[in-house]
Amino acid sequence: MSEKISTRNGFGNGLLREAEEREDFIVMDADLAKSTRGGWFRDEYPERWINTGISEQDLFATAAGIAETGRPVFANTFAIFSERGFEQVRQQIARPKRNVTVVGSHAGVITGEDGPSAQTIEDISAYRGLPNLRVISPADAVEANALVTALADDDDPAYLRLIRESVPVIHDEDEYEPEIGKGEILREGEDVTLIAHGAMVHVVQEAAEVLADDGIDARVINMSTIKPLDEELVVESAEKTGAILTAEDHNIYGGLGSAVAEVLSEQHPTPMKRIGVEDEFGTSGNGLDLYEYYGFTGEEIAEAAKGLIA
Amino acid sequence: MNAPRSAVPNRENSTSSRGCEKPFGNGHDPSLSPVSMPNGKLFTAEMGNSQRVKSLPGISTSDGDLDERIEQYRQTATEVRRDIVEMVYAAQSGHPGGSLSAVEYLLWLYNEELNVDPENPDDPDRDRLVYSKGHACPVLYALLDRYDFVDVDPNEEFRRLGGALPGHSSPKVPGVEFPSGSLGQGLSYANGQSMGADFDDRDYDVYAILGDGETQEGNIWEAAMSAGEKGLDVVAIVDRNKKQNDLPVAETMEIDPLDEKFEAFGWDVWEVDGHDFESIAAAFEEINETDGPRLLIANTVKGHPIDFMEAQPNGYHAGALTDDEFETALEELGFDPATVEVTTK
Repeated sequence: MSEKISTRNGFGNGLLREAEEREDFIVMDADLAKSTRGGWFRDEYPERWINTGISEQDLFATAAGIAETGRPVFANTFAIFSERGFEQVRQQIARPKRNVTVVGSHAGVITGEDGPSAQTIEDISAYRGLPNLRVISPADAVEANALVTALADDDDPAYLRLIRESVPVIHDEDEYEPEIGKGEILREGEDVTLIAHGAMVHVVQEAAEVLADDGIDARVINMSTIKPLDEELVVESAEKTGAILTAEDHNIYGGLGSAVAEVLSEQHPTPMKRIGVEDEFGTSGNGLDLYEYYGFTGEEIAEAAKGLIA
Repeated sequence: MNAPRSAVPNRENSTSSRGCEKPFGNGHDPSLSPVSMPNGKLFTAEMGNSQRVKSLPGISTSDGDLDERIEQYRQTATEVRRDIVEMVYAAQSGHPGGSLSAVEYLLWLYNEELNVDPENPDDPDRDRLVYSKGHACPVLYALLDRYDFVDVDPNEEFRRLGGALPGHSSPKVPGVEFPSGSLGQGLSYANGQSMGADFDDRDYDVYAILGDGETQEGNIWEAAMSAGEKGLDVVAIVDRNKKQNDLPVAETMEIDPLDEKFEAFGWDVWEVDGHDFESIAAAFEEINETDGPRLLIANTVKGHPIDFMEAQPNGYHAGALTDDEFETALEELGFDPATVEVTTK
């Protein structure tokens, strides 16, 4: 877990890797290619890269038109600005199920110094409400890289949530294969289940280490696909461990925590705790400092988990 | 308010440099630019035979000269208007005003321009008709019914639970290209399909039909900028019926000078009487001779030619026709209501 790479870099490398395998897909940006890493693809494959300028509505509606002609499209911008074209995503991508991946980079408070205008904490909530649209938040660069293939191969649309900050690589790139719609058990445990997505996965892994030191055996799940949620794994974890904690760099309303709570309340009511941003906008600061500020640390999450099983 | 503008293409803008590594479209040849028109006059150039006549079931375009075809289209236009009125009356909801303004140019497209096949509506080489003003879909459904894209009775299926014809046109209906219902998005979508033609070296044409009120949406101007900057081969038609949901366009948010605005974005612009087939024919004779982004402003009358619809401030944008209105509309179109049987919802 020593190497740190951002998921946006994993995605950018994934585009380049996939371009060696297939020639059909198109990559689009809206004046943020340098940041989304769509620029890496642009530099190698300029004939298959489109810049719409600062116009997210045009970005997504154009992407849908291209996808109708049979080419998968990755349409990139900051996660927050993707919401500027939310209704185009709804009407032109989700409704007719076009093979467009809405790529939202720089998600969450970990985006850091740019402050609340750039720190989307509501994107999962918004996109989770759209039928047909899968919502995916990879835990590390290896997963983000591999997802490029899975998303291009599959005809259904998706929202891919990426982050700017470098985070520990938790997967072996030689062995890892993503499975959209399936949670990934990273650690087995009997006492409590910690479920997270994105950058918070490695944080709950740290929490599990803290809990282990106290004799508490935590199951850890990377739930990178938030929709469709792996309900079977959620319920099975509840049955096995009797307590569920969710952790995410997102509002506690509408994100992974809500999705898990919806499943448990109907299928297997279980004590649970949602860790996340508690319905407030973010603030400027170093991204990792902000994780300390919001309590997104192994120690604090371990404390919250102890409260669940006390 | 501004007087109607003539079609004065701006050749310099049309040939502006493109910021993309791979230029889209076929490149714009200024020698093919349309002629300038005198200020304030509608397009009435001499007509020639269209070079792109297509045959579709229901109306033969392979026989007869243009005058004969146009006479046939005029008769068909009246029948399509009857179909629109019947459909909205049967559903007891829908958008008749903007359907009635769209009849002539759509009939022209389906009979003279569009390479589409009801036997193979998803043919990747088909021409694309992006009907962005999809609230006014009764006219589109009437045409798709007439040309056998749909095999249901629109009067029984439009806007009904479980029916095949949703309240706003959607690709679920064979022959419908675009998921409509939210204005402002169709031109970007058409741009994307035009890019797709270039990526795949296909030579299909892309048409986008926009409402005039719809051009108040910012997304339209993002798309207009993109098409102009990239030199995309797209033909847009703005149905300039001058009325929108609440009030006349001029009393809501005036969009003139529409021609100058599009020209400034690098488009060539034509303007016609949108109910006059000769003018539409003449414009398309020139439009078909050039490429790049092209706009046809179709000056129309919302609700045309039904007086009580035209008289409304919004041109009878939407609503359920009463029994009396239905009869009056049929009579104004020249049909005897006693011969028409329509079951309402």
